[in-house]
Amino acid sequence: MEAAAAAAAAGGGCGSGPPPLLLSEGEQQCYSELFARCAGAAGGGPGSGPPEAARVAPGTATAAAGPVADLFRASQLPAETLHQITELCGAKRVGYFGATQFYIALKLIAAAQSGLPVRIESIKCELPLPRFMMSKNDGEIRFGNPAELHGTKVQIPYLTTEKNSFKRMDDEDKQQETQSPTMSPLASPPSSPPHYQRVPLSHGYSKLRSSAEQMHPAPYEARQPLVQPEGSSSGGPGTKPLRHQASLIRSFSVERELQDNSSYPDEPWRITEEQREYYVNQFRSLQPDPSSFISGSVAKNFFTKSKLSIPELSYIWELSDADCDGALTLPEFCAAFHLIVARKNGYPLPEGLPPTLQPEYLQAAFPKPKWDCQLFDSYSESLPANQQPRDLNRMETSVKDMADLPVPTQDVTSDDKQALKSTINEALSKDVSEDPATSKDSNSLKARPRSRSYSSTSIEEAMKRGEDPPTPPPRPQKTHSRASSLDLNKVFQPSVPATKSGLLPPPPALPPRPCPSQSEQVSEAELLPQLSRAPSQAVESSPAKKDVPYSQPPSKPIRRKFRPENQATENQEPSTAASGPASAATMKPHPTVQKQSSKQKKAIQTAIRKNKEANAVLARLNSELQQQLKEVHQERIALENQLEQLRPVTVL
Amino acid sequence: MAVCIAVIAKENYPLYIRSTPTENELKFHYMVHTSLDVVDEKISAMGKALVDQRELYLGLLYPTEDYKVYGYVTNSKVKFVMVVDSSNTALRDNEIRSMFRKLHNSYTDVMCNPFYNPGDRIQSSPGGPYFLCPYPVQVGPTSCVRSSPGGPYSCVRSSPGEPYSLCPIQSRAFDNMVTSMMIQVC
Repeated sequence: MEAAAAAAAAGGGCGSGPPPLLLSEGEQQCYSELFARCAGAAGGGPGSGPPEAARVAPGTATAAAGPVADLFRASQLPAETLHQITELCGAKRVGYFGATQFYIALKLIAAAQSGLPVRIESIKCELPLPRFMMSKNDGEIRFGNPAELHGTKVQIPYLTTEKNSFKRMDDEDKQQETQSPTMSPLASPPSSPPHYQRVPLSHGYSKLRSSAEQMHPAPYEARQPLVQPEGSSSGGPGTKPLRHQASLIRSFSVERELQDNSSYPDEPWRITEEQREYYVNQFRSLQPDPSSFISGSVAKNFFTKSKLSIPELSYIWELSDADCDGALTLPEFCAAFHLIVARKNGYPLPEGLPPTLQPEYLQAAFPKPKWDCQLFDSYSESLPANQQPRDLNRMETSVKDMADLPVPTQDVTSDDKQALKSTINEALSKDVSEDPATSKDSNSLKARPRSRSYSSTSIEEAMKRGEDPPTPPPRPQKTHSRASSLDLNKVFQPSVPATKSGLLPPPPALPPRPCPSQSEQVSEAELLPQLSRAPSQAVESSPAKKDVPYSQPPSKPIRRKFRPENQATENQEPSTAASGPASAATMKPHPTVQKQSSKQKKAIQTAIRKNKEANAVLARLNSELQQQLKEVHQERIALENQLEQLRPVTVL
Repeated sequence: MAVCIAVIAKENYPLYIRSTPTENELKFHYMVHTSLDVVDEKISAMGKALVDQRELYLGLLYPTEDYKVYGYVTNSKVKFVMVVDSSNTALRDNEIRSMFRKLHNSYTDVMCNPFYNPGDRIQSSPGGPYFLCPYPVQVGPTSCVRSSPGGPYSCVRSSPGEPYSLCPIQSRAFDNMVTSMMIQVC
């Protein structure tokens, strides 16, 4: 007992066998009926009679998961509790609901409903009967009071008016869970299906239905005026599961349990506004440009986090990548995400992409400008599930966050959810519910250039960088006492060519070079300040300025003047000479011992920058001129040829 | 109307092979296997010329009494082999070509799926359109996975403990295409 209790307390599934159970008369009766119904519903064929027919001996029967899950759900307990109960009663361990497990579970439900903790000890005492509420599609129809239920036979699950709410949707889900009808006592509003995802489908649900149908009349006497003709219920088999599906999708979390099943029978395959918002946010986190694609590998990594199996993920991909291009556009991504979410919630995957998930449909329903989340009259019907998307979001965030999505058998504790939520909030740049943020974002997104690559922002940055090196305006260097001999003011003036040739006395040590154009001399002038700081580097500097072939390496004498005075600047020479363009950068970090030298440094830097520009300009000019020269040469050659050809004629 | 269609990887192991269930499948497997030699021969014969000029469609590889085997190779050395019934005299060469082309397109679509790693098997659907596991896979030491199928917590997956099954990719589109080829000439 203690071991079991301890195990139960730990939430683990392992423990000793279920404890002996003492049931009162009423309990015995009630439980056996419930059990028989569950078991009978599961195993019964179309011809099954009323459960009391006891064709199923309680000792040997096992209650099918479907009816049991429904029954538990109907108890309106939080999912976590139900999980605990399931574990405690031993069904998890043995894998099925035998009579013992079932009875224990019922007793635990009663205990939980009475407010007792879910422990084995709780069931040792006398408890009222467990109460099970049946869901109704829109409103809450409370059937009877709990008091009535005590010691009574099972009441008719009036279930389903739900049917009315369901439209048959595109029913890929053939799984019809048996609903409530087979479940016992009713009355009130649906417990939101907590974790109990759809019950394992398979086969025989039609049998179930029909058996349910037959079972109804018998036990359920008149108590329920509201009993909807069960016959009609079977008429809409597809609808019930739909409702459940819808509610399943909605409420993944514990808190949700009491949510009314607003009927979105329509679909688990319909994406609500909030869901859409969430998906869009996720898309943006992967790919900032909403109009472009997410590549296959990126999407693969992202979806792999959902911990679905690879075959399932590949199947989902196959469904959602409509154009089979290996990349996901926004609508395709939303569809894929939605399918993953649905799958995580336990919905089986459809054979084909549901129409509400088709890219065209999604694009039409959620046109881009409307990302402001105003929307959607078309989704007004789904709005009621406001809570639903939040749950969904929570769940989705759990998907995203790779938290081990607890399996139905585990407790999806609210703790997990909150933890997930907090991490998600951190992770997500935006809160899902932040409409204004989204709208701003969408606006800003629209403004961005649409490019396929991720580098849309980087392109902007690159462009900015390109414009970046700002040429500081020339500064009059008034403090250049040393520069007095060199008319630096003139030198620092913007590079409009011409009159600077006066500054450039050809250095005696260097062979004079032809200066065909003034522009080249201008470049020399601009090079001056840079070169002037490098006393002995005339030779180096000139070869370094390859782009100014015609310029004379100027100002050796000038440089020499500066040498004694500014030792610090000498350090700059090699860098200056060696790499013209980089010299500015290299010179900057040099420490200047003297304040004056710092000012000079600034001047030098400015000069360097100017020189760089001049270099660039001259280089371009040079290349253009070279080109022109070539062309002219060619013309000349052509003309001479013509002349020669003509000449003999004339001569002759 | 093919009776057997096979996709062979570059390293000459089968990625996908499917034959009409009425026949002895082993026979077709053997035929496909032997046809690989012929394919290699054809590739190397043409290979002396420029690889670009090599045509993808290889034509009739070899005939047997009852069947004819056609081959097709892609640029990445993935081979498609198709076995058709000899009695089906109406099948013309360009029809076979078009079938191979469609097969190639379907294969390309499979490749586009990022969850497909080249060299993985292409699995035909495992019986039933739905993934029967109603719950997300339980990872770790839980009892549910091992439970009997009747319980509410059963899981189809037979290998518990790994979050991702190592199953080959599921490609229904490819499978459907092959099915259609077996039913009719397309």
